[in-house]
Amino acid sequence: MKILEAKSISKAFAGVQALKEVSFDLLQGEVHALIGENGAGKSTLIKVMTGAVQADSGTLVVGGRPVPRNDPAIARSLGIAAIYQQPSLFPHLTVSENIALALETGGSWRKVNWKERYRCAKELLGRIGASIDPGRVVSMLSMPEQQLVEIAKAIGAEAKILIMDEPTSSLTDREVESLFTVIDLLRGHGVGIIYISHRLEEITSIADRITVLRDGESIATRRRDEVDRLQLIRMIVGRELAAVFPKRDVPLGDVALELHRVGNRTRGLRDISISVRSGEILGVAGLVGAGRTELAETIFGLTPADSGEILLRGARAQISSPSDAIRLGIGYVPEDRRQHGVILNMPITVNTTLATLKTICRRGLIDRIKERHVAEGYVRRLSIKTPSVYADLQALSGGNQQKVALARWLAIQPSVLILDEPTQGVDIGSKSEIHRLMVELAERGVAIVMISSELGEILGMSDRIVVMHGGTVAGVLSRQEASQENVLFLALGHRTLICP
Amino acid sequence: MSLKNHQREISVAIAITALAAVLAIAAPGYFAHENLSDLFLANIPVLVIALGMTLVILTGQIDISVGSVFAICSVAAGVLAKSGLPLPAAALAACIVGGGVGSLNGALVAYAGIPSIVVTLASMVALRDALRWQTQGAWIQDLPRDFQWLGLSQGAYPAAAFLSVALLIVLFAWGLRNLAAGRAIYATGSNSEGARLAAIDTSLTTFSVFVVAGVLTGFAAVLNSVRFNQIPSNTGLGLEMKVIAAVIVGGAAITGGVGTIAGTVLGVILLGAIGPALTFLGVSAYWEKAIQGGIILTALIIDAARARE
Repeated sequence: MKILEAKSISKAFAGVQALKEVSFDLLQGEVHALIGENGAGKSTLIKVMTGAVQADSGTLVVGGRPVPRNDPAIARSLGIAAIYQQPSLFPHLTVSENIALALETGGSWRKVNWKERYRCAKELLGRIGASIDPGRVVSMLSMPEQQLVEIAKAIGAEAKILIMDEPTSSLTDREVESLFTVIDLLRGHGVGIIYISHRLEEITSIADRITVLRDGESIATRRRDEVDRLQLIRMIVGRELAAVFPKRDVPLGDVALELHRVGNRTRGLRDISISVRSGEILGVAGLVGAGRTELAETIFGLTPADSGEILLRGARAQISSPSDAIRLGIGYVPEDRRQHGVILNMPITVNTTLATLKTICRRGLIDRIKERHVAEGYVRRLSIKTPSVYADLQALSGGNQQKVALARWLAIQPSVLILDEPTQGVDIGSKSEIHRLMVELAERGVAIVMISSELGEILGMSDRIVVMHGGTVAGVLSRQEASQENVLFLALGHRTLICP
Repeated sequence: MSLKNHQREISVAIAITALAAVLAIAAPGYFAHENLSDLFLANIPVLVIALGMTLVILTGQIDISVGSVFAICSVAAGVLAKSGLPLPAAALAACIVGGGVGSLNGALVAYAGIPSIVVTLASMVALRDALRWQTQGAWIQDLPRDFQWLGLSQGAYPAAAFLSVALLIVLFAWGLRNLAAGRAIYATGSNSEGARLAAIDTSLTTFSVFVVAGVLTGFAAVLNSVRFNQIPSNTGLGLEMKVIAAVIVGGAAITGGVGTIAGTVLGVILLGAIGPALTFLGVSAYWEKAIQGGIILTALIIDAARARE
């Protein structure tokens, strides 16, 4: 029996089509896995079901009845519950209070029945075989224990449909197994479970059916026994690349940056050995949480490495702060431009020169004419569209903001440039301009490290590709070996390659 | 960025002009040299400390300990002068005491990561009570003759004080605009993480603004103490609120990154001019606080409305 059905759901965010006529259904007592790359539309589809966002078109049918309007309260009353990667509990309250807050109804002035709260929490936890004391404070619980509390909450709300978003990403193998026991139990009680995970081995062992999303479209829905992992990977990546990239072959120079067994315990990195030559574009691929941004921040000295060594042009380098990195000629354009890459309420002039203040100062004084010249130079060179170099960054489009973020780091005349998601949320035109600029920089001998979640960009722009998984390098692919399947295979933690 | 956005400065200047116009018609005596001079002298502490507070608020922090620091510095200057230290040395010592407290505040905020409101609340209370205990509430009296009026004549002092304060204002306004350090302050206050990623030492910036605020508080204490022949040990009570109010009215955003020295100076003038103006206009002085509160509220409502645009 279908307990949930999504019919041709479409949703666009700021012109980007996140979901295109996606259809999906869930049977009673079934585990239905939802898989796809980062940005394939999984989260959006879930948000439509939980009422966090409104679909632009399409219908949602729950328990045989269409839901004309959805919001989080309606979704809850329909028996839809979601458990996210990071449990969303109140850390300073006890387990029983957390469960009660989700379940109890009544006015603000009612008297709390503490005994009943405790008993109810204990009973719900017991139903999923968890032996957590309901009196414990949530912040003292381990991650899997917190997940169990979330599940108990969902069961208490008599959820018929349970959505689990990457529930195993922070669990150990043993913890995963006990979670699966709980999932089996729920399945036995007739709960339908939508299960999202990047771990294909888990999916092929727990899921009854699997739906693959790609670029906001539903590619296929298969029973578990109809597909193997390789087929799933092929479906996830698709066949052809979407865009043409301006990559040109550049004669490679000497090794500009080399990492030798670099580790950073606080950021979860270990044993990373990579090198990039001048003129080379080194792509860094991996899933969210693989440690790519952490690697960039380690090289840049934001969170200095605690083991291994970093060599610049063959010489050992001590990078313990961003200013060390800048002195050594390393630039870093961070991910999340609006938060970290630029300062939105400051003009282009200030943003462009922020990392090179010393070079536009004469005897400690900012030389405003020089500042303007530098900014104007980059506005021309990167064709940044703006009425004036004194315009605040918030007045510019995303693509132009990103160019300013780039300009700031070009101003240090880098020999190594780390770009973290350089074209995320950037319009197509600016995107190819940024790609052209990267090629131009490579031709001038800059070594470029490009972190990207977009497989097409990784394959289209890189000379070599480092694939990360679980905080370390899972493999390095040459241009010949580089294929979507191989990148994804390594990113998912498999050791062997599929033939090119 | 605030450097080119002078809306607030203009509206505060208009308010001051309007007030001046009313006074010029209804109570021209307000503009007598005597009165203006008194008005300036009485507002020296707020004005000088507000310069430092502007830096602190621009960085996205707050310092509510300045009233207590002001008291400590005043008493320290007086005690040292009485013990025979020449005036320049006593003045320097007061600035060092202020800078010392500022560096303690700054270190706790910038390097220990404790919120500035909590850190400076602690120093505000602790210093005030320590001073009360130390002096037993007694005032510092019998100050040496050359401490009075900085050793100048009573007539020459206002001019000297005016020149030095004006110089400070120009120096701060100019430095905030033209020094790399000023840029670091705006960047840190606008987007601390973004500034850190651009290799700006945000911790050092935060630490430094507290030190500067402390030193200026010490300097303000000296300029104020020499006007009287005794120093009350409970001086500067509530001073921090007057200073913060002036900075906010002058257009600085409490969240950091937005504000100017010019705005702050205008804010001090507007709030400082209101009280005596009421007396001159024959309005009960009891209205002063209510009107000042109204001005602050108006400024904040304008801010909120502009933020929503």
